Amino acid sequence: MTFVYNFPFFCILLCMAAGIFTSILKQRTAKILTFAVSAVVFILSALTLRLTLQLDEAYPFMMGHFPAPWGNEIRIGRLEALMATGFSAVILISLIAGMWHTHSFVSEQKTNLYCIMIDLALAAVLVLIYTNDLFTVYVFIEIMTIASCALVVVRQNGHTLVAITRYMIMHLFGSGLLLMGIAMLYGITGHLLMMPLQEAVGNIVKTGEHLGPLTVVIALITAGLAIKSAMFPFHGWAPDTYAFAPPLSSAILSGIISKAYIFVLIKFFFRVIGLDVIVTQQITPFLFVCGVSGMIIGSIMAISQQDIRRMIAYSSVAQIGYIYLGLGIGTKAGVEAALFQMLVHAAVKSLLFLSTYELINVSGDHKHFRYLHGAGYRNVPAGIVFTIAAMSMVGIPFTGGFIVKLNLAISGIAIGGWVRALVLIALALSTLLNSVYFLHTVVSIYRKPTQKLDYPEVQKMPPYVAAALIVSTMLIIYLGIGSEPILRVIETGLKTFS
Amino acid sequence: MSKRRSDWESRPQARIRKWYKEGFLALDNEIINHLTQTTQLPLHTEEEVVAQQEAMSTRQRERTLALERLDQYNMLTWARTRGRKAITRLHVILALALGAMMIFFLLETVAQMPRFGDPATPGANIVSERYITKGLEETGATNIVSGMILDYRAFDTLGEATVLFVAASAVLILLRIDRNKDGSPVQELIAAESDDQHYEPRNDRILQGSAMVLVPTIFLYGIYIILNGHLSPGGGFSGGAIISAGLILYLDAFGFEKAGRFFTYKTFTWVSFFSLMFYALAKAYSFYCGVNNLPSGIPLGMPGAILSGGLIMPLNIAVGMVVACTMYIFYALFRKGGL
Repeated sequence: MTFVYNFPFFCILLCMAAGIFTSILKQRTAKILTFAVSAVVFILSALTLRLTLQLDEAYPFMMGHFPAPWGNEIRIGRLEALMATGFSAVILISLIAGMWHTHSFVSEQKTNLYCIMIDLALAAVLVLIYTNDLFTVYVFIEIMTIASCALVVVRQNGHTLVAITRYMIMHLFGSGLLLMGIAMLYGITGHLLMMPLQEAVGNIVKTGEHLGPLTVVIALITAGLAIKSAMFPFHGWAPDTYAFAPPLSSAILSGIISKAYIFVLIKFFFRVIGLDVIVTQQITPFLFVCGVSGMIIGSIMAISQQDIRRMIAYSSVAQIGYIYLGLGIGTKAGVEAALFQMLVHAAVKSLLFLSTYELINVSGDHKHFRYLHGAGYRNVPAGIVFTIAAMSMVGIPFTGGFIVKLNLAISGIAIGGWVRALVLIALALSTLLNSVYFLHTVVSIYRKPTQKLDYPEVQKMPPYVAAALIVSTMLIIYLGIGSEPILRVIETGLKTFS
Repeated sequence: MSKRRSDWESRPQARIRKWYKEGFLALDNEIINHLTQTTQLPLHTEEEVVAQQEAMSTRQRERTLALERLDQYNMLTWARTRGRKAITRLHVILALALGAMMIFFLLETVAQMPRFGDPATPGANIVSERYITKGLEETGATNIVSGMILDYRAFDTLGEATVLFVAASAVLILLRIDRNKDGSPVQELIAAESDDQHYEPRNDRILQGSAMVLVPTIFLYGIYIILNGHLSPGGGFSGGAIISAGLILYLDAFGFEKAGRFFTYKTFTWVSFFSLMFYALAKAYSFYCGVNNLPSGIPLGMPGAILSGGLIMPLNIAVGMVVACTMYIFYALFRKGGL
């Protein structure tokens, strides 16, 4: 085994060690270390992606001296490497664009603690992407839940405390369901590693023994992860959390962390249970209905908001709906579209939260639309970036959002029947609603203010922030124009995924 | 006899009764009086007529507005009081129903699961067989559980130790009261100090006397459990919890000042840093060797001896220190927001 094969393992250990090391650092060095770690993780993940593109199969990697059913294991394939690369790129860009204003949300003595949370959240995301062990999933979901709570509550006011209380309750409920599901699955199969589990589950389906508990397990784990990723009827915690957390935290939470849960769900569906069993157990129609209603109701809620950050938070609920729509279609094509949407939404949503902060910042710290008039002229790069991100959200061609909607529509059409009709209607309706509120926002940031607005002078946005935002925008456009290779990686990766 | 409500007179039953007893006139006397009085005024000029009409229409408008406002007000108060109560009640009922349903379904499922302790259960497969038969030989630990969590599945345990660390950091973010830039305490900190001095026992002779006896014993016991973790039931998590109980008892008996002589915030940072870093690096080395088939050079020792089990004992010490520090700092933070 050559040295390159170890890179994912290095990424995980590096993030964890950096988190531990940051606890003794001062503010400035802590920030620099966090940047450095995310940059190194990005480079190593990209190299891993290159390696896996040359390999035909995914390769397992022992975490210890003992092989699969006994010791922990991670498994590295194209899809995992692609997700790790995409997510670490988004985190790196968010850090560059978002770290400069943390001092207005985080007190100086707590900055290093904040950096710990970012490092450990990144570690948890990487582990959830790579792991091949269901119990490791649970342990690192715990880390991720605690870290994300701290990321929100680091800004201490009444709003965040209320939001985080709700967040904690919902997420602990989700974790509880997940843990119960894992325990029951262990009870009926006797395994925790995913490959032996697949075999054991296949036996259960074949013989029919313990089939009832298996259905309950699937329901529990799906519900737990759906709650944690803000699927529509369980989205109650999301808007307040995203709207009041520091912008960098919102970007990481809604861009990356909620996607990691969905990736675990996809891994559970494909690698542990098998997509055909999921379809025959009637889980996919449930996800489909939740996805469609989330797309529409999330957008309607977003239209009724007066506060720009709450609006973006509700649109996040709608966008998560797209992912669950793709999963709910229940074919490989649908899941591919969902995976692509995960990448696109991670890039777009983090960009939206960060550029919105810049717009708010030049408008006297007001978040209501009527104060934002003319913000696009006061901060030109942020305005342009916001507009392009909004275009991607609506699904204008040449942006990532268009490809997502196209692929969802294609995979829906292939099914036929009422699914086809529902997918098309939902996509059309949701596009219409998306364009209503994003057009409204873009118009209001480019509208000449009716009276002379006297906003206090603020610190100018550093040029490297503008550069990071523009790089991220180019990423979105790249996802729209050059989506073909990425889609092919997702397709071939999904073949070797299970 | 039941109590009559104070607005009995105006209720429909009462009106009907009145009408039945006294006829039409008695009911609407007032209205008739009103009508006859208002139409009595003579009108002289055109201007007066216009003025009166205007006045009337204004009054009418105001009246409708007032009524509308009253309706709105009534609706809002209804929503605020009874409506909210009804919704809360609905939520409670729904939650109870959902909870009962979940309990039912889960119990139903558990009844269908393989019986606990059954030799034919799916849990008794090659995995547990190897843990039991080869555990001692492969990990060098007499205590199979320690061998399992710190060697076979050491990565999960690294995650668990990190959970403690991240939880401690999160509580620090939430509860630690920062000092000013020049190191002087802020108002909140002074208030917390005085609260703490007011509510907590000080110089309690009985508590101090028993702490003098108990604390060293508890420490010794905790250390024994940690060091013996690979030989007998116990290990880092349980031993660390016991040591932290001793620390907390000492803090309760002697106060922050004396406890601060050997345990400050710095102690917490450095101890947890060193133990977790040691854990992560040791495991990184051992994983790296394991996966690349390199000899790790860590001797397993004689099974049953105190120096055996390879990395398990040092890892147990590291985990124990992290657990002890974390629990202690939780207590201190919840008590007065710092050490």
